[in-house]
Amino acid sequence: MNLPQIVQYCFAGITVGSIYAIVAIGFNIIYNTTGIINFAQGEFLIVGAMTAISLSAVLPLPLAIILAVLLTTLLGGLIEIVFIRKVRDASVLRLIVITIGISIIMREAMLHIWDEKVRSLPYFTGNEVSTVTILGAHISPQVLWVLGICGVIVAGLTLFFRLTLTGRAMRACADNRMAARLCGINDRWMVTLSFMLSAGIGALAGCVISPVTQTQYDMGAPLAIKGFTVAILGGIGNSMAAVVAGLFLGLMEAFMVSQFDAAYKEAVSIVILLLILVFRPSGLFGRSEIAAAGTA
Amino acid sequence: MRTLLAAIAFVVAVGLVFGSLGYAEESATPIKVGAILAISGPASFLGAPEVKTAEMFVDKINKAGGVDGHKIELIVKDSGAKPENAISMAKQLIDEDKVLAIIGPSTSGETMAIKNICQEAKTILLSCAAAEDIVNPVASYVFKTPQKDSDAARLIFITMKGKGISKVGVVASNDGFGMAGKAQLEKLAPEYGITVAISETYDKQATDLTDVLTKLKGQDVQAVINWSIVPAQSLVAKNMKQIGLDVPLFQSHGFGNIKYVKAGGEAANGTLFPCGRLLVADVLPDSNPQKTLLMKYKSDYESKYKEDVSTFGGHAYDALLILTEAIKKAGSTDTDKVRDAIENLKGLVGTAGIFNFSATDHNGLSMDAFEMLTVNDGQFALYKE
Repeated sequence: MNLPQIVQYCFAGITVGSIYAIVAIGFNIIYNTTGIINFAQGEFLIVGAMTAISLSAVLPLPLAIILAVLLTTLLGGLIEIVFIRKVRDASVLRLIVITIGISIIMREAMLHIWDEKVRSLPYFTGNEVSTVTILGAHISPQVLWVLGICGVIVAGLTLFFRLTLTGRAMRACADNRMAARLCGINDRWMVTLSFMLSAGIGALAGCVISPVTQTQYDMGAPLAIKGFTVAILGGIGNSMAAVVAGLFLGLMEAFMVSQFDAAYKEAVSIVILLLILVFRPSGLFGRSEIAAAGTA
Repeated sequence: MRTLLAAIAFVVAVGLVFGSLGYAEESATPIKVGAILAISGPASFLGAPEVKTAEMFVDKINKAGGVDGHKIELIVKDSGAKPENAISMAKQLIDEDKVLAIIGPSTSGETMAIKNICQEAKTILLSCAAAEDIVNPVASYVFKTPQKDSDAARLIFITMKGKGISKVGVVASNDGFGMAGKAQLEKLAPEYGITVAISETYDKQATDLTDVLTKLKGQDVQAVINWSIVPAQSLVAKNMKQIGLDVPLFQSHGFGNIKYVKAGGEAANGTLFPCGRLLVADVLPDSNPQKTLLMKYKSDYESKYKEDVSTFGGHAYDALLILTEAIKKAGSTDTDKVRDAIENLKGLVGTAGIFNFSATDHNGLSMDAFEMLTVNDGQFALYKE
């Protein structure tokens, strides 16, 4: 392989890696507040993208995306209030099963609201054939958008969880819900807020990846599986680690394809996931107590 | 007492069964036709236009008084493109509904899963899926309406020779359609003096194909052939342009849906693919024998459903057309007579081409059913060398 080719494989890896990463971030927010994995995260992406696509027919693109993110945020809150809040004896397992149910309902609803057709948002910059050339290799400008928005989301979330009172209150709920309640934190609303935040970020992710991946009503689940793998790989709950892990998995897959049959590409993520779960359950960058808290 | 009650119940039940049978015999019996189509799920772009077409076709026939006075009762099942669903639905249609024929399934994998079931139950199967294995080897009750993979591959290679291309890269989705097409391409390429330098498969739900295409680029291929029916068809076009792989892109007849052109946008322009004439019906010369039928189907479908017609819906149209023509020809709704009549249909004009069935050819279409198409400014057009 010559240099431009190696760089091209890196770009291929970064393209898919950035998609994995931006999906993975959404998992972390709900996990950080509630300790549950929201398996409907992939559907939030698709709802966001589909709404933006419909709105972009009548509104300018940025406005359509903002409105779609807001609508999906509200939907996230509504789903929490209707399906999650009412559950008695809410064990982690029970809530996770409920999120699987929500994902199925959302998928079927999308099939009826939109249809089975594949759609996509227009490219934010340029079009389907534009590329940026670096070191003799090419990358779509949209991938730079995905990476940029990934960075903005991670920075924003880190600041939010570290510095704001609401962010700290949400983290407190994850650490010890009873203690948080005793400190006067309204834990119920914190959970609702985490669903809203995660739905909103999912919708934004769905919009920014839509030109690259295209959007179809049943694409949420496969995206969510990759995102989940990446979230576990990085260490669940840590958004920065999710981005690094996403890019790592993307690059691993790309170089795997360069040497072996592309048919085995999907095996990479599964093998890595198994290795991580066996040898380092807290994730590559996770602290061990997070894993322990997760299983408790 | 209990035995008496049971006996009475038995007698009543027997009476009901025979009574209802007797009643059914007297009135003009509707012809039951099953349809197993992937209306939802990953192959919904096949199943959705197919079911719409089938319902439109049956409506029209029934309004006109049915086939030889028999109304058609279409029993639609949504398989979600899952072979296991197709199997249980086929058994249900055969055992419970006692259908005369089944149209569908939409995908090759599903069709292969029920090929033997229909053959053993002596129920006519008119598949809307493309793979050659469906009719080769021939099963006496199994037919298919889309054109042959091998003819599509041949037309692609002939076009390539015309353009002076001798070294190609093949990518295919890892589903029944992709794998079967890939095998055909690899088998037929040497006949045309074309080398397949590299041949790869990708996941049918792939969301980006830059890595595989980078690998093709490393082999300095003169053209890329993509064989799939999934949305990844547009991704191939986009990703090729994005990594600067500026060689002609050939696709299979699975590209025959304007939606994929729209999803590919600017990148889809210049794509070459073999396809039936439905998509270019407007620009066909009036002398073309298919023109009238194609224009009629196109305008009926588009005015009824307010969406662009696709070749896939046409496969369901052809399946019902073949079945109804065979029933008329047989003058009977007896399965074996209808089956024999299908084998004797010659020169039947359908959406996919002109069907000439025989005991050894259960597809009935030849390479002239295909036309090489291209995309100009986001529209399908006839390719001219």
